[in-house]
Amino acid sequence: MHKFCVALRLLAPLFVFTGMNSITTPLKTWPLRQPLAFLILAVIVWLALYEALTPASEALVAALPVDRTSHLGGALQFFFYDTPKVLMLLTGVVFVMGMINSYFTPERTRALLAGRTEGVANVMAASLGIVTPFCSCSAVPLFIGFVQAGVPLGVTFSFLISAPMVNEVALTLLFGMFGWKVALLYLGLGLSVAIVSGWVIGRLKMEAYLEDWVRDMPRTAAQFEETGMTLADRMQGGFAAVREIVGKVWPYILGGIALGALIHGYVPEDFMASFMGKEAWWSVPLAVLIGVPMYTNAAGVIPIVQALLAKGAALGTVLAFMMSVIALSLPEMIILRKVLKVRLIATFVGVVATGILLVGYVFNAVL
Amino acid sequence: MDIKVLGTGCANCKNTIALIDQVAKAKGVTVKLEKVEELRDIMGYGVMSTPGVVINGKVVHAGGVPSRDKIEQWLAAGA
Repeated sequence: MHKFCVALRLLAPLFVFTGMNSITTPLKTWPLRQPLAFLILAVIVWLALYEALTPASEALVAALPVDRTSHLGGALQFFFYDTPKVLMLLTGVVFVMGMINSYFTPERTRALLAGRTEGVANVMAASLGIVTPFCSCSAVPLFIGFVQAGVPLGVTFSFLISAPMVNEVALTLLFGMFGWKVALLYLGLGLSVAIVSGWVIGRLKMEAYLEDWVRDMPRTAAQFEETGMTLADRMQGGFAAVREIVGKVWPYILGGIALGALIHGYVPEDFMASFMGKEAWWSVPLAVLIGVPMYTNAAGVIPIVQALLAKGAALGTVLAFMMSVIALSLPEMIILRKVLKVRLIATFVGVVATGILLVGYVFNAVL
Repeated sequence: MDIKVLGTGCANCKNTIALIDQVAKAKGVTVKLEKVEELRDIMGYGVMSTPGVVINGKVVHAGGVPSRDKIEQWLAAGA
């Protein structure tokens, strides 16, 4: 509370100025007219709410006719604390990413990557995959657009692997529900798989396995003009991203946390350790294999991840499973079939699956 | 007004068409709304993210469902 009051006092002059100029204009559009003020205020409010979560969830459980130390009490507190926490984190991160995405458009990313030598370009492509907006139905137009502008095939693949897999929703949910170490790990491992797989595919020189019509498409220039977006425009991008992503994903989050709360309170430990624990050498390949035909978005797989982890599955195995569910999906392969010949798709799946496999093993061994 | 929506058929593409149709009817603007699903044709316009919107031959939008405000602007400019 103290921080909040201090902040208000500092911002008061700003409010007076705004008030004098906008007595008649609607309240709804003031964030767009004073973007910087809105952003600063939003950060402060967000932080204040975040600090209040633990005491608020405890107070809520105390108000209910439930014994706090019982299974139900524990599960409820978990749910009341985690749900708003994860939703707040997600909203904040998606909003910021929405603003960043408005800068790293596919056109700009393409211009940054065109004609670069492999190696460095693979690293750049994988990193740009995180900040460039990507919808799975755009995978193909994007792929072709990159190829047309002279982005090397392996580099394009590095981008294609990292973009859906290392996304802000997955990272935020992992951070919010399992801690920053797990999130950082997923980020690092995901980037490594994308960089190395893309590089390997590039070395294999498989340009011949692009569908003929793709190779015959005319070259386009990779230059790109600045569109001159203002801070307010980028903020609108942020708002739109929140509406679209959080609006679509919140039921999964609620379900996931509810499941986590139940497990937290009721299911015995080590239930899954027998077949997904470290000792079973075949657990990692099995996890990757199960993951390939499955497809859900990053939020949908989290409840499964939560259940597996809580019941003794090894972290490496679970991350491998999560990566293979998101990065390799049957629907995506079917869409890619329009631009790639089967051999190239098979190579793609093989290389990425191997990468994820290695990641799973190394991780289980190291921890 | 000739409006083409470029997309391979995912939910966002369908929503874009529905939204444009809705806004056009609400504003009373007659539009010729067409869906372009063939990849070759989509690439011909040079868009890299779908859904894309092409009005009278010019690409005005690519990536994500356009906002209602944007659509209203396009309709107002063309009519």
